[in-house]
Amino acid sequence: MPIRNLLIIIFTILIALIASIMPLPLSIDVFRPDWVLVVLVYWCLALPARVNIITAGFVGLLLDVLLGSILGVHTLAMALAVYIIAGNFQKIRNFSVWQQALIVGVLSALYHLIVFWMQRFLTDAVFLPSYLYPVITTIILWPWAFLLLRKVRRHFRIT
Amino acid sequence: MNPIFKHGPSPQHRLLLVLFCSASLIFFDHKMNSFENVRGFLQSMVSPLQYLATTPKQMMNWAAENIVTRRQLINENQQYKIAELSFHQQLLELEIIKKENERLRLLLASPLRGEVKKMVAEILSVNSDPYSHQVVINRGSDDGVFEGQPVLDDEGIVGQVLHVGINSSRVILITDVTHAVPVRVSRNGVRLVASGAGQIDRLTHNFVPHSYDIRSGDLLVTSGLGNKYPEGYPVARVTTVVHNDANAFAMVRSEPVAKIERLRYLLLLWPEKSPGIFAPSQKPVSPKQTKNDKSENKKGSTNADS
Repeated sequence: MPIRNLLIIIFTILIALIASIMPLPLSIDVFRPDWVLVVLVYWCLALPARVNIITAGFVGLLLDVLLGSILGVHTLAMALAVYIIAGNFQKIRNFSVWQQALIVGVLSALYHLIVFWMQRFLTDAVFLPSYLYPVITTIILWPWAFLLLRKVRRHFRIT
Repeated sequence: MNPIFKHGPSPQHRLLLVLFCSASLIFFDHKMNSFENVRGFLQSMVSPLQYLATTPKQMMNWAAENIVTRRQLINENQQYKIAELSFHQQLLELEIIKKENERLRLLLASPLRGEVKKMVAEILSVNSDPYSHQVVINRGSDDGVFEGQPVLDDEGIVGQVLHVGINSSRVILITDVTHAVPVRVSRNGVRLVASGAGQIDRLTHNFVPHSYDIRSGDLLVTSGLGNKYPEGYPVARVTTVVHNDANAFAMVRSEPVAKIERLRYLLLLWPEKSPGIFAPSQKPVSPKQTKNDKSENKKGSTNADS
């Protein structure tokens, strides 16, 4: 049932998008994990033939519209981060969950740095260490998101 | 689906495609501004997601508003009554001053200031992107919102409308790095420009000569130059003034008076076309109008007398 599978994948991505724009108190907001990146990385690891760089680019564009940033910034960063996964999914799949969490952390750092570089290039943004706080929460989030999404994938037999 | 065998284009080709697309998007969006119309459409397309994302917060608000004790309600009510009384008294004074001001403006042959139409809007979502300070509000082109419209809260200027969707729109805040407001010091009328610094509690002022009379604690109000913001609304309060003779200009920083980090309800303004101070050539006060106005004044005064 490919249509139903597709709908479930889209649904998880939509939830991640909503979580990434949900209003939060300012003090917690700097620690908001990269929900969208985590979900995309999971699906790219599990089903690289279905979710790949083009999907990532499209979701990044949606994120651009939702965040009101210059169109294309998150598109580019998301596509580059997912490209690394898409190129090495067979290796990364065999790592333990905590090793994967570290890799996702590195990806998240790369993602935030690319976004910062683009902003620095386009407007005169100044680097603050708080831009990299989400990396910590993303590392903590990965094992739980991984287990949850694997449960979803096995329960609905998404292939 | 067997992932051992490759299907479709290789990751490198896909990456190149996406990189090319995003680079051209960035170029056309940032350098050419070709997406101004499309932005509004996209904004209304994603507004269901934004409404959905804000529901938990609204439920919390609803709960906080509904789960209160009778005592709290009575206390609040009392406070509101006292506040209303004092506001009402101030309003009376304001009426008199307004009339007087109108008469003086007539004497000077300056154009009168009209009533400003206002609308209350609620914040849907606050941007989680640290590089741009924007909020999304629940009013759109259906409510007559237009691009560049000034947005206030109860304390002062908050920002202006950036993109308009059908039932939601995006407001850029005065603290955004790409935003600047023309202001003047309300104490002596010295003109400055308040540009955002990318930090929620700071505005910077560039190119301020050492000779300018500015002290910390001065209130900065909109000067009305630039025709975006109506004149005279509070914007910021000066926090630091550093005169270092080694630099060409004084370093002036201020803090927005609007509670930027705690916004909930906003006011949208529909300013009058052709704000007064710029239109001396255009004869604003025709004799007929003055007569009407005078009769109105008289009526007002008679009413006040009786």
